[in-house]
Formats: sequence, C-alpha cells, structure tokens
Amino acid sequence: MSSKSDHDTAAGSDGDTNVSNIGLELRQIIVRLDGRVLVDIDLGIAPGEIVTLMGPSGSGKSSLLAHICGTLPAGFEVSGQVMLKGKPLDGLAPQDRHVGILFQDDLLFPHLSVGGNLAFALPPEIRGRAARRRCIDAALESAGLGGFSDRDPATLSGGQRARVALMRVLLSEPCVLLLDEPFSKLDAELRDQIRTFVFDQARARGLPTLMVTHDPDDGAAAGGRIVRLA
Amino acid sequence: MLRFVPALTIILMIGPVCAGLIGTILPAFGYLPALGGNRFSVGPWQDLLAQPGLGISMRLSLVNGLAATLISLGVVVLFCAAWQGTRIFSVMQRLLSPILSVPHAAAAFGLAFLIAPSGWIVRAIAPLGGWDRPPDIVTLQDPLGMALIVGLVVKEIPFLLLMTLAALPQADADRTRKIALTLGYGRVVGWLKTVLPRLYPQIRLPVLAVLAYSTSVVDVAMILGPTTPAPLAVRILGWLSDPDLSHRFLASAGAVLQLLLVLFAIGIWFIGERLMAHWGCRWAQNGARGRGDDPIRTLAAGAAIVSALAVFLGLAGLLVWSVAGYWAFPEFLPRSFSLRLWMREYHTLGAALMTTLLIAGLSVLVAICLVLGCLENETRRSYRPGAGALVLIYVPLLMPQISFMFGLQVFFTGLGLERSLMSVVVAHLIFVLPYVFLSLADPFRALDPRYGQTALCLGASPMRVFWSVRLPLLTRAVLTAFAVGIAVSVGQYLPTLLIGAGRFATVTTEAVALASGGDRRMIGIYGILQMILPFAGFAVSLLIPVFLFRHRRGMGTQNRI
Repeated sequence: MSSKSDHDTAAGSDGDTNVSNIGLELRQIIVRLDGRVLVDIDLGIAPGEIVTLMGPSGSGKSSLLAHICGTLPAGFEVSGQVMLKGKPLDGLAPQDRHVGILFQDDLLFPHLSVGGNLAFALPPEIRGRAARRRCIDAALESAGLGGFSDRDPATLSGGQRARVALMRVLLSEPCVLLLDEPFSKLDAELRDQIRTFVFDQARARGLPTLMVTHDPDDGAAAGGRIVRLA
Repeated sequence: MLRFVPALTIILMIGPVCAGLIGTILPAFGYLPALGGNRFSVGPWQDLLAQPGLGISMRLSLVNGLAATLISLGVVVLFCAAWQGTRIFSVMQRLLSPILSVPHAAAAFGLAFLIAPSGWIVRAIAPLGGWDRPPDIVTLQDPLGMALIVGLVVKEIPFLLLMTLAALPQADADRTRKIALTLGYGRVVGWLKTVLPRLYPQIRLPVLAVLAYSTSVVDVAMILGPTTPAPLAVRILGWLSDPDLSHRFLASAGAVLQLLLVLFAIGIWFIGERLMAHWGCRWAQNGARGRGDDPIRTLAAGAAIVSALAVFLGLAGLLVWSVAGYWAFPEFLPRSFSLRLWMREYHTLGAALMTTLLIAGLSVLVAICLVLGCLENETRRSYRPGAGALVLIYVPLLMPQISFMFGLQVFFTGLGLERSLMSVVVAHLIFVLPYVFLSLADPFRALDPRYGQTALCLGASPMRVFWSVRLPLLTRAVLTAFAVGIAVSVGQYLPTLLIGAGRFATVTTEAVALASGGDRRMIGIYGILQMILPFAGFAVSLLIPVFLFRHRRGMGTQNRI
C-alpha cells in the first residue's frame, strides 16, 4: 500500500520545530488516487496537542486518516512515512497500531450493550470478569454515564452515545487520537459540550490528536494549530 | 486460507456443470465405455431424430419457455410501472415473497387442483351451470401447454418481482419516476420510458435464468404439461429412466439438443431485446404522455393479484385434499375430513422429510460458509468483483439441468461416488450456492465498512472483527440466506433423482412421482410436506433475530434486508 519514503533525509532536519519524536509524525505523506494527488502533507503533532485539518470535501482528509489507521482500501498510492512515538507505523496491521479513531457517526455496535461495546475495546490483558467490569464502570462514571453498562445503545441520546463512543476508543489505550468530523451530526448545543469533553480527555491523556473538519468552530474550539488542505 | 475460498466456491459451482456437460456430450456422440460405447458415432443423433413427435416436443419447449418468460416479465414490469411507491405495491410485495419459497412442484400441483375439470374453479361455478359431472374440457396437460405456461408464470412472477425490487434503488427509480410525473407523463408510460431502460440491464440475468429454466423444466412439465408428446426435457428424462441402458446414448443426444434449444431461445430473446431497445428509444422521444392509464393499472394489479391468488388457493387445495374424506363432484368441500392417510403414511412421510432436511441442511451449511468466506475475503482485500463474477454465479441457473445432470451422474460413477449422500449434496450445492450468494451479497456489501475499521482500530484482529462484529450484525441476512437455501434445496427434483439414482426419496421426488398416478390425497399430503421445510426455514429466520435482539432496538433498523 505505501511505498518506501523518498524523503527520509529531508524530513528530520528541516521539519517543523514543533515536531517531537514522541508524538505523531506525518513525514512527507502524499496520497494519490489514479495519479491525482489527494493529500500532500508534512506534519508533526506533540502529545496532548490538537491539530485541526481543514479542507473542502473530497480533499482526501478521510483518506489520510484511513492511511494512518491502516485501513485505506487498495487502489490508493501513498508515499511518505507515518511515525508514532518515533517508530514507523507503515506495514503494521490496523489492530497493532494503537490508533484510535472517532467518526461522525458513533458506530456503537448495535448488537452489544453499552458495557459490551466498552468491553470489546478493553485490552485482554485486563483479566477477570470483576476487574474488567470495574474498568468499564469507572469509564462510564467518568463520562457521567454511571450505571449505563447494561443499557441498549439504541436507547441512549445522541450526546450519551457520543460519549460512549469516546470512552470506547480511550479504553482501547490508543497512542494517538483521530477525529473524522466527529461533531458534525450533533446539534449545536450538544456540540460544544461534547467537543469540550473530547478535547479535555485527549489533553488529559497526552494524546496527539488530529481532527479533520470543515466546521471552523471546531478548529477554534480546539485552540491548536489549524492546517488547511488545498 | 481465506483467499482460496472464492476459487473453491467457483470450482464447486462451475466444476460439476462442466464435468456434467462433458459427461453428456461424449455419450451423445456414442462414447461411453461403461455401456460399451468405445468409438465416436452419430448413431445417437440418428436415433434421436427418428423419435416420433420430436419436432412437437421441441416446439413445446421453445414456445412455452419464451411465452412464460415474456408473460411473467410483462406482468412484473407493468405492475411496477403502475404501482411503484403505493400501498398496493408494498402489500403485493409482502404477498408474493412467501410464494418464492414454495417449491415449483407444490405450486404446480396446487394449480392443477384449482384448474382441473373437477377442480375448485369448476366446482365453484358448477351450481350455475347445473353440472353434476366434470365438464369434458381439457384444462390440464393440454396439447398446447397452456396450463404449463400458467404454472410457470405464477412461480416466476414473485422471483422476477423480487429481483426487480432489489434493482430499483440502483436504477434511481423513485426520483426518475417522479421527474417523469412532473413532466406530465402518466404513471405507466412515464415509468416505461424512463425507469425501465435503466432497470432492465440490472434484471437481465434473472430474466435469462427464467427463460432457460422455463425452456427446460422437468417437474412442472410432468405435472401440468402435455404428454403426447411431452416437452423435450420430460422425454429426455423418460429415455434416461428407460430400463434399456442403450437409451442413455439417445438421451444424451437429447440433452445436448436441449442445451442448443435453450441457447436458441436466448438468441431469440436477444434479438427481441434489440428490437425493443430500438423501438423503445423512438417511442420514448415521441412525447406521448399516456395520461389515461387507469385501465392498464387495473389490469396490472389484477394480473399480479390473480397470480398470487392462484398459488395460495392451490396450496389451500392441497391442504384440503390431504385431509379429505369422501369428496364427490360437484361438492365444494369434502363431506368429511380424516387424518387416516397421514397416520398410515406417518413413517414414510417422516423418513422423506428427514432425508430432505439432511440434504438441504448439509448443502446450505456448506454454501453459507463458502459465501461468507468469499464476501469476507473481498471485504478484507477491499476488492469488488466485476460483472464477470456475477455471470459466473448465474452459469448454473442458465444451464438446463437435464443437460448436465446425467453427465454428472456418469462422472460421479467414474469416481465411485454414485448414489452417495456426498454426491447428492454436491449436486444441490450447484444451485444452492448461487441463490445463497445472491441473497447474502447485498446486505454484506451494504454493511457500513466503518464498523470494521472502528473494531480494527480498537485492537481487534480481523478474525475477531468477523466473528464478533460483522457476523452478529448480519444475523438477519445470514438466516434469510439460510432459509432461501433450504427452499432451493427442497425444491430440487432432477439432481436428487439422477445423482441419488433413486436412493434418496425426498418430499419433492416422492411428490413428482405421484404426478402420473392421480391419487389426489397423497399428492395433497406431499404438496404440504414440500412446503413445511421452506416455511419453517423462513419462520425461524424471522423469529431468531427477534428473540436474540429483543433488548437491542438498533438491530431492528440496522442491516434490514
């Protein structure tokens, strides 16, 4: 899927001063489809930093996120390197990357309970029914959803579902957080509340966070760097 | 491992067809060492051409096939044109869907009970005519094969309607239709001029499958078709079953002729398509609005309702006959009811049902696993097979069964697998696989890919994503495919008969065997038995998700088919 980088020598020396080798680095990433360049970006994101990527629809923002996740469909050509904590992600299977992503839909699994959705994400290293249950209850508590474990996700409000979706990602212990227009389907009032909740959680855990959006308010609320794609 | 599944599936689906065709063509030219045919000759063809009434048999097959296809397609197209987007449309859709699961033979017997000179229709009007004996008219097995055409039409209408329904969204039918309406076109004419040209290419393969099937059908023709002479496929089966084994050569030549006949019918159909396209293009541009289309709309609804009603009343007729005591003409209902025959035949019936279930269960289980493997493979590789793959899936449905089943029997005999459960299951799989694939592919591909991506990013392995995310989300679709597969397998007559060589008595082989006898009570019983498994399959496929997901409201709307 991704070709070997041609830019290894350039990336390290004259990169952005913010680039830290313990965050997320997108080194000279170029995503092409049928020879057309969709994305051309060189970016570093420090732990706890939230970078907003803005661009018109069809500008390949989601393709870039899919590439970082490792789920970009065949047919795209990608050059450049994705580094996380100083190690290359390219070639790793999606499930081994520790990249968390939130889409504009919460995508809670409808066949599992709220707790079941969280348990799906919880690493298997946390053993024992009781221990796993404690982790899940604590996560729900911290999202203001104490006692929701056995609920059917379909019975939750939009805001509650969004919070469950975030807790699900965080329980999977990601090293980076990707947000794909995560607030665009929430109504205005809820949007501020969920936005604050997501950003606070990401900063508190020191996650390098990349958000793509076409809502300028999202970028303003994040308060970090804003990168525009052509 | 997973990437070999598509190849394996194609081998299991197309392999037997090819092996069977070779095993038919060689004996047709005199080569079948097992029966002493060691060198090639045109002897079988000379024997075939010397058969009396061969021309009539061929004409019957060809005309019946074309007529049945044309009429059922006509009714479906007119009905959709006239009623798409209305309440009647959704009601009819719900009425016709269950008919799809009724085996052809059962529907044909039911229809026979309805239209026979001593059938329900005549009994209903007998008091008006003052008849006390069945009138001396030929309504069944008429020399022109009209009853056969009707029998095929009532079964193919639901199939084509379902295929059309699946294709409507891809043809952007709803918006296109409304545009035509706002330009002042009548419903029917507007639909025919704008939606049909985009829709037809999507349903072309199913239409051709109906044509091939109708041209070469055996079981329905044995029940409703003419006998002196019978359509070609029925006569071939007769030659195959002849105690004189040398008739196998003649039968093989006949089977090849049947294949040519189907190809010829498809050729005629292609020419018809061209003519319609040419004429239709000009018609679409002549500006005629066709506003006064109420009579056509009534006619279309009437045809669809009558065809559904014919099947349902027929099935009711089977039920009544199966428990009828003394029932003289022209009484509308039997004087008494009794379960005597059910009790007497209890063990035989149970055995037939178990055999049917065993074959169906095994073939459907294999088919579901293979199809899920194919679809999962294409999802993981984000690879979407092209139109060629779809044609491959239709190959078994476009080939006349009788043209390769005998050859397949020869092939299995060569492998020492004749009359084994495995070979019968493989033979059923040829037809179960395409239908299971068609039923499962759309919902599987329609599943939001972001569920899988999310699960992967949460650290789940692809294996776990399949078992704990995709498969549960597709529960409903998988169970429906299961029910479809069961219905297809239960309805198989020729594969069970020829490959099983009489060792496997299923409800369908037993039912068709009764066709020549005329024991209406036994026919009723076996007709009902034929419906039990498909209906049970669909009932279970509806109930299991309701039970499993009774606390998961999201599963009601999610991945609904």
